[in-house]
Amino acid sequence: MLKIKHLAVAVGDKEILHDVNMTIGTGETHVLFGPNGSGKTTLLAALMGFPKYRIVNGSITFRGKEITGLSLDERARLGIGMSFQRPPVVRGVKTSDMVAACLKERGDTETIAGLAKRTNLEEFLDREINYGFSGGEIKRSEMMQLLAQKPRLALLDEPESGVDLENIALIGELINDLLEKHCPILDRKCMGLIITHTGHILDYVNARTGYVMCDGRINCHGDPHEILQTIKEKGYGSCVECLLRRRLNV
Amino acid sequence: MSEVKSSESYREKAKAAEAKPAAFGEDIDLSTYLTSAEEQPYQSEPAQLPVQAKERMLEAGVVLDDPSQRAGTYIQMDNTPVHSSIRGEGVEVMPISQALERHDWLSDYWWRAVAVDADKYTANIELSRSDGYFIRALPGHKTIYPVQACLYLAKAQLAQNAHNIIIAEEGSELDIITGCTTASREDPGLHMGVSEFYIKRGARVTFTMIHSWNPAVSVRPRTGIIVEEDGLFLSNYVLMKPVQSLQMYPSAKCVGENATVRYNSILVTGKGSSLDVGAKTILAAKGAKTEIISRAITTGGNIIARGYIEGDAPEVKGHLECRGLILHGEGTIHAVPELKGNLAGIDLSHEAAVGKIAEEEVEYLMARGLTRTEATATIVRGFLRVDIKGLPPMLGAEIERSVEASEKELM
Repeated sequence: MLKIKHLAVAVGDKEILHDVNMTIGTGETHVLFGPNGSGKTTLLAALMGFPKYRIVNGSITFRGKEITGLSLDERARLGIGMSFQRPPVVRGVKTSDMVAACLKERGDTETIAGLAKRTNLEEFLDREINYGFSGGEIKRSEMMQLLAQKPRLALLDEPESGVDLENIALIGELINDLLEKHCPILDRKCMGLIITHTGHILDYVNARTGYVMCDGRINCHGDPHEILQTIKEKGYGSCVECLLRRRLNV
Repeated sequence: MSEVKSSESYREKAKAAEAKPAAFGEDIDLSTYLTSAEEQPYQSEPAQLPVQAKERMLEAGVVLDDPSQRAGTYIQMDNTPVHSSIRGEGVEVMPISQALERHDWLSDYWWRAVAVDADKYTANIELSRSDGYFIRALPGHKTIYPVQACLYLAKAQLAQNAHNIIIAEEGSELDIITGCTTASREDPGLHMGVSEFYIKRGARVTFTMIHSWNPAVSVRPRTGIIVEEDGLFLSNYVLMKPVQSLQMYPSAKCVGENATVRYNSILVTGKGSSLDVGAKTILAAKGAKTEIISRAITTGGNIIARGYIEGDAPEVKGHLECRGLILHGEGTIHAVPELKGNLAGIDLSHEAAVGKIAEEEVEYLMARGLTRTEATATIVRGFLRVDIKGLPPMLGAEIERSVEASEKELM
């Protein structure tokens, strides 16, 4: 289980997230909506533990352990994994090296080859990671790494952005694999938090709860499809208005 | 010390250049070094060389206990050739003094790829009548295993000299691995070497040089390469161990159509070391190609990484790539890429980048569960990985081994 309580996160001197509360049960998938710049990626990065994102208040407990004091790699080893929206190119480091790093001691060439086949990236294993990759290739490569890493909490940052229609179904399948959607919820070990700007991924991946983030705050939560429908009809502008109304107690 | 006969005209030119500083690198006062060392005994069985010497040579890729994977071996200790042998036919390996006696025509190759009066170091090699190695692949012969050569500096404070000539006759294929090292890990010394390569029509030479000096040794190799039509010269240079001062700038000239030259250099240095390493190619015939690729890492030393490509003929193509990483400490990396095009229709390009490891890259790997140290090591290993086109697997393994052996020290 992941429990976020009254979380406030700052970058530099500026507080970006304010009083964020969220609980994700084991086996559940939650979705985070929000306009650009609302703080969605900041939340994922703070959960992952990137040093730039400083936790100034609140707590994060994961698998019963307070993790706010843990470093990025300690959190990864505890079972948190993240797909990057714009991962860096690391010259000289091959895609297969990254997959091997994710697999750790479980790694063997057969497993790596199998994952590459599953993600349709067989020809990319010998290429430098992310070097000259298209948007869709980056997403699949991120999914391949996460499938190797097998995290208990998968943080997915806009997994469908920049992916063509042909590949979006594949991304959906990979996410379902990662989040063990083929198992009954009680048998699953992995939970997911997915950022989506457009909501397209919901056509492929079932989620239990949706949140709308505006201006660094969770504005509301509920059934993700209902939230998406409202956003589609009224736009994020209505969410911002709603937030303002609540702040002003109108 | 073995002596090589030489014509008066070269000696006169050398005399005139005896005090001429090199174009690059700090000027070395040759008078502070010894000019001679005791003659070393000839070893018909190199496996019987002292264990310590063999270990040092092995660090530079020279295998003496089981030479079954080598087509030939040449070993020079200080200024004496102590062993030369071949396994099988099609290749000649011997001291240059012996080769000059055997082949009248060899004088035609003497100081043809390197100018005798280039600087005081070339002049000194001529004036000291240095020995060195002669390696030749006979026409059409393709060696399966590499020929290995070792220049071993044993005596403290000695100026070691070598004049080497390598000829790949028409249609031949030759792989050479040269290891240069010292007996002592701390005694000062100076290594000066001239290497002249002649790659004939359709021949192919892969030359892999691994340097393993010590922090008190200065090194001044002088290399010239002449590549004829459809010939290929592939040079791989690995320096992973500290050295006091090293300056080299091998220069290749593609004189035949479609001749190709590729250089790959992997340089790692620490505090107190000063490297000025470059490579130069003159594309003087139609369709000639070159690639100069270098990777430099400093943990406190200074590196100047040069590259020069000149296009003098139609349809030539050249690319220069220099990447430098300042790992920690206060080292300097100065990349000097130069391109000169002398006519239309040529294609020359370069890219150079110098910096520290990007924090974003380290964090990307840490997010996969690697510790900071593991992530940094992975990035450094990747940085040093140069995918060398056309490198025979055996030489690739030697380079990999040399890089891996030094990575731990680096981190």
